[in-house]
Amino acid sequence: MRLGLFIPCYMDQLYPRAAHATLRLLERLGHEVECPDTPACCGQPMSNSGHAALGEDFVDAFARRYAGYERVVSPSASCLLHLKEGLEARGHPLAHHAHELCEFLHDVERVEAFDAAFPHRVGLHQGCHGLRGLGLGRPSERMEPHFSKPERLLKRVRGLELVELDRPDECCGFGGSFAVFESDVSAAMGRDRVADHAGHGAEFITSTDMSCLMHLGGLAARSHPQIKVLHIAEILAGEV
Amino acid sequence: MHPAAAREFLSDPARAAWHDQTLWMVRVKRDRMAARVPEWEQLREAASRIKEHTLSRLAEYLEEFSARAEANGVRVHWAADAEEHNRIVHGILAARGVTRMVKSKSMLTEECHLNPYLEARGIEVVDTDLGERIVQFKNEPPSHIVMPAIHLKRAEVGAVFHEHLGTPAGMEDAQELAEAARQHLRGHFLGAQAALTGVNFAIAETGGFVVCTNEGNADMGAHLAPVHIACMGIEKLIPKAEHLGVFLRLLARSATGQPSTVFSSHFLKPRPGRETHLVLVDNGRSRQLARADFRKSLACIRCAACFNTCPVYRRSGGHSYSWLISGPIGSILAPNVDKKAHSDMPFASTLCGSCTAVCPVKIDIHAQLLKWRQEVVAAGGSGRAKPLLMRLTAFVLRRPALYRLGGALMRLAGPLANLLRLDPWTRHRDLPPPPARTFHQSLRDKSKP
Repeated sequence: MRLGLFIPCYMDQLYPRAAHATLRLLERLGHEVECPDTPACCGQPMSNSGHAALGEDFVDAFARRYAGYERVVSPSASCLLHLKEGLEARGHPLAHHAHELCEFLHDVERVEAFDAAFPHRVGLHQGCHGLRGLGLGRPSERMEPHFSKPERLLKRVRGLELVELDRPDECCGFGGSFAVFESDVSAAMGRDRVADHAGHGAEFITSTDMSCLMHLGGLAARSHPQIKVLHIAEILAGEV
Repeated sequence: MHPAAAREFLSDPARAAWHDQTLWMVRVKRDRMAARVPEWEQLREAASRIKEHTLSRLAEYLEEFSARAEANGVRVHWAADAEEHNRIVHGILAARGVTRMVKSKSMLTEECHLNPYLEARGIEVVDTDLGERIVQFKNEPPSHIVMPAIHLKRAEVGAVFHEHLGTPAGMEDAQELAEAARQHLRGHFLGAQAALTGVNFAIAETGGFVVCTNEGNADMGAHLAPVHIACMGIEKLIPKAEHLGVFLRLLARSATGQPSTVFSSHFLKPRPGRETHLVLVDNGRSRQLARADFRKSLACIRCAACFNTCPVYRRSGGHSYSWLISGPIGSILAPNVDKKAHSDMPFASTLCGSCTAVCPVKIDIHAQLLKWRQEVVAAGGSGRAKPLLMRLTAFVLRRPALYRLGGALMRLAGPLANLLRLDPWTRHRDLPPPPARTFHQSLRDKSKP
């Protein structure tokens, strides 16, 4: 398949390793993957700050750049949710061909095994936009049978041990500009998340969103330096 | 402003953690109780549709309801706003020479600031819900719509009772405190000349209404006093009595994790020689009803499940919000009341969506928060610095060269910012160690021959 890879701006700048892991993971599945070489913001920061009009261009630009691909994959659930909602509002068909990475691996590729070993205790942080927005799992509020696509994928990695959490899907407090304008509440929320993972002996925290992990990792660096954050693609690609 | 008030709340980390834990336990109880109802999600769907239907024909149902209620011998009053509501209630009391009134929990009368209005006119109002009475003693607004004094610890309640009720200093035992309140309130119940209650559900086809409490204080008041005044927002309607079961099964489970409230009292008509008045209040509700994006907020049954699940509410407390109905639902109702005064409330959220997922009537709370943000900004309610910053960000992100330059500068500045810890990000957390090359840079390098 000819795939378009959407790497959001902050991953391009700060987390190229996770982006490369995503790329290799997709290439190893036999796909031809392209990543249009232009800075790519999804427009969510503007929309969430109440300036949705400033962010509309970014959704249009995304639609233009990626319209030619059979499917589009992104290792950022939050950015992808924003783009999909924008595309749906426009009635653009790309809305139905754009996937968060885990969703693509689980639902489209149906990957049963990864060539990856990660003999560590790992805590899964279920980012809210992936969980409640894209439906990557069952949020704990809903009285339905449990499922989690990222969790099922991680269980296919040799030696990886998932830790149970006291609060399996509480928000980490990142929230985009919330992290800056409400930084005290944001940090308090994140500290509690890190403590939950630490209390259950997690060596690593992983997630479908590097943005949550940037926040959690930045807090852990000061309170629990033994805990590291890794994007789920890095674990699934077997590159760490 | 919410960020500053939240910061103050968090300045006592142990207390903040206690507040978070206490409310999280309520959420856990709700989960446990909801899980025991196999058709929980269908119930939510049914409740959502009944409310949507009712709101789509609210005028018709209001007319049906008021006609039935009047036929039952209840006197119905209409109030366009808070001022008229207060005037009506005062008029009823003044005409009967009432100087002592008991009141069970009613967020509507809080919204209308009824207590100070009546007190200024020489009428004593005693809140009989235990939590409400505590905050009334302290002269504070409730910090939670179901548990008004949840921000106070038992010892603090003991101190309030010591000061106002003369209980021994240092009383902390919950049972002893409840008994002291019971003895204190009993006298007020017996001496009240009128009782005011809220309304949880009003049934159009019967003209009856239902009041839910755990303490029986609404019943005690309404049955002892010769005059019962029930105040309700016009959105409290449901079409038929058969719909009530859907909501009663959802309400207490969502609110406190109880299978039902201890008292779900049905009022239909006054007893001989007694009076029942109903005050139907708009106070901005019809304005909200006309806003397609925000209409669904009127489906709220005030269970406060969204408060208990909200990670921001739990870590900032009800008093950190600018309106007395705080938390997620308050944050989508308040801007309708006053967009300028409550401009920061829609921003007191990470948009995590837990409120929407927990809501028993499926209000899309987090989506409405996002929509209110647009409205607030469009009305100039977010100050000057923020819009400028967002325009600058968008300007840079749209231009590849500027984006690359900005990114490079940011990566250079990161380690220094981590040392200085002056900005809102690094004050709390480190920026990640900057990589040598961006993803796109290394892609370009690879593609070079």
